[in-house]
Amino acid sequence: MKDQGIINKPARSVGIVGYGAYIPRYRISGTEISRVWKGEALRGPVKEKAVAGPDEDVITMSIEAARNALARSGINPELLRAVWVGSESHPYAVKPSGTIVAEAIGAPVHIQSGDWEFACKAGTEALVAAMGLVGSQMGDYALVIGMDTAQGKPGDALEYTAACGGAAFIIGPAEEALATIDAQYSFVTDTPDFWRRAYQKYPEHGQRFTGEPAYFNHVKSATSTLMESEGLSPEDFKYAVFHQPNEKFPSRVARQLGFKPEQIKDGLLSPKIGNTYAGAALVGLTAVLDIASPGDRILVTSYGSGAGSDALVLTAKEALLERRSAALSTQDYIARRTEIDYALYARFRGKIAMK
Amino acid sequence: MDQEHSDVIIAGIGQTPVGEHWKTSLRSLAAEAILAAIKDSGGLKPQVLYIGNMLSASASRQANLGALITENTGLTGAEGVTVEAADASGGAALRMAYIAVLSGAVDAALAVGVEKFTDVIGPESDSFLAQMLDADFESAQGLTPLSLAGLLFQRYLYEYSPDRKAFAGFPEVAHANAVTNPNAMFPRALRAQDYEKALQTGEVLNLFDAAPYADGAAAVLVTREDTLPRGWDKPVVRIVGSSLVTDRLSIHDRSDPLIWDAARLSIERACRKAGVMPKDVDFFEYHDATTLHATLSLEAAGFASQGQGWMLAKPAVIGLDGQIPVATFGGLKARGHPLGATGLYQAVEATLQLRGEAGKNQVKGAKLGLIQSLGGMAATAVAHVLSR
Repeated sequence: MKDQGIINKPARSVGIVGYGAYIPRYRISGTEISRVWKGEALRGPVKEKAVAGPDEDVITMSIEAARNALARSGINPELLRAVWVGSESHPYAVKPSGTIVAEAIGAPVHIQSGDWEFACKAGTEALVAAMGLVGSQMGDYALVIGMDTAQGKPGDALEYTAACGGAAFIIGPAEEALATIDAQYSFVTDTPDFWRRAYQKYPEHGQRFTGEPAYFNHVKSATSTLMESEGLSPEDFKYAVFHQPNEKFPSRVARQLGFKPEQIKDGLLSPKIGNTYAGAALVGLTAVLDIASPGDRILVTSYGSGAGSDALVLTAKEALLERRSAALSTQDYIARRTEIDYALYARFRGKIAMK
Repeated sequence: MDQEHSDVIIAGIGQTPVGEHWKTSLRSLAAEAILAAIKDSGGLKPQVLYIGNMLSASASRQANLGALITENTGLTGAEGVTVEAADASGGAALRMAYIAVLSGAVDAALAVGVEKFTDVIGPESDSFLAQMLDADFESAQGLTPLSLAGLLFQRYLYEYSPDRKAFAGFPEVAHANAVTNPNAMFPRALRAQDYEKALQTGEVLNLFDAAPYADGAAAVLVTREDTLPRGWDKPVVRIVGSSLVTDRLSIHDRSDPLIWDAARLSIERACRKAGVMPKDVDFFEYHDATTLHATLSLEAAGFASQGQGWMLAKPAVIGLDGQIPVATFGGLKARGHPLGATGLYQAVEATLQLRGEAGKNQVKGAKLGLIQSLGGMAATAVAHVLSR
């Protein structure tokens, strides 16, 4: 096998053969949260965020997104060889989310299944693993999901953005792809900017430390290394999607890397749905796939605290045009909204102590 | 000036940029400044290190800095000890170095101020900062340095009815001077309207009233003229006056909370030692931890009468070309306030001024400089007079 250096390109070329988003219907605005915690309606880091209903969790939402992905792929779920869910809000500490999702969507018993955890990049990490599985021809199709019902401590800065939602992707051979995955690079260091210890309900974070040495260093390093290695520059991309914990960070990192606002606007959903953590960059990608034309090159760079970034170069293919209408678009989910107040939000998200 | 103190001179200076040094440890920051000062002196080797630091034992869980920092700077075995006086630690370390050389006990002493503040955040850093106040009677009540400064500022507004907007001049001048300081944390200009629109951090203080706490290290190598390395050709900067004065720690134990006696006395004594009057100095590196500190420092030094320090907050008065230039490289407000290192940044900057090496920040014809470092609400005050 030839030495490929540090850029991941599997032996067999792979791509996305199906994709699907899921964003729950409820929304709470930043002004409503600040009304409760600051005594006045102040504008927050995002306009509003998506909130899961009382009967939803990472597993139910993963099933919704997976069904959308399957619908677009047109493949029989019996052909899946992996069902991997990346999240930092798996309902169980011990017991996989993946097995429940697999059974619900009709995946066979001879699959790989396991839950992935790497803060907000657990979903893209699973996607890179699926590239390896399909790319090595161990299997033809793998389902990967990035989904979260993110936790933000009441009153903390995170509460304004920590949102619910995510996306599912079926990775398969490039010939069948709606979009090929042309190259991938990951950049990982031990940077403790955000964490949640076992048995803790809410995460802690390093305030300003989450910016420059964490998000910006990793997103920029991963993206620029991949672009340089592939001989690509920002103009070569029609779309770019960055992990989006708020509106400011992805906008700034895009500017610093040389991308223009029109390249990121379609994949930048955080102002309307908040930060869906493991789902954030991936759900942004679904919104781009909903509108991309064949030949469009797409950059995706995730970021997970702790810390690392996965950067991917994709190219939209002809098959996208006919298959994307097989499921609800991401913008359909964003438009489907019911605004709630803080009291309902507190009930839905289990923030009221009942015993 | 008598021969005794004119003998103590600053032979070398070094500093790191002030800011959020997330990738650099306490020991490495200190080493960078120390090695720069030794190099600047032409390779003079200090026999003793006085390390100005406030927070390392709590924020970095590191005490015993004498051993740590001498070893990490290639000075293993040298005398080394921490000097702590809250955010006047740097000024206090310089005074110890001055005394050591003045006494003849050593030929060369190095004062280094180092602070690694950004290792802690939130309530933890607030509680560590509050260590500069009276633990039993002030911080136990929830007071922090900023909240106490806010209460005093409120009292100042009540007592003297100053024009609230006039205080904008302090951060405005500091930021204007920081623009050309490559080591400043916020080298950006500030407009009066920015000050008026600034986020209120309390009842009376806003974001631009308070200096940003930061990481950094600065060092000054002190020696006598006869021990300077051969071929040393820099302008000689002398420490001609030095004084450290303490006040009652708790504000409530003082006769007037808005008169900072230690601040006044330290300047009086340092100037008397130097044989000069405060009005004779060409610039004043003051301790503008907040605009209240700036105001009361100017009053304590005698540049303004009680209740009138704020009237000096104009570029024409305190700017580089003004009557009494302050914060000539940005001061605590815009260069940044690395707590125990701040007093040595002042000494480094004053030395640059007196050597004529201050570049665009040069106070024209500067021959005599006054620097003052305050601990907490001036419970410790250290003043030095430097002369070319």
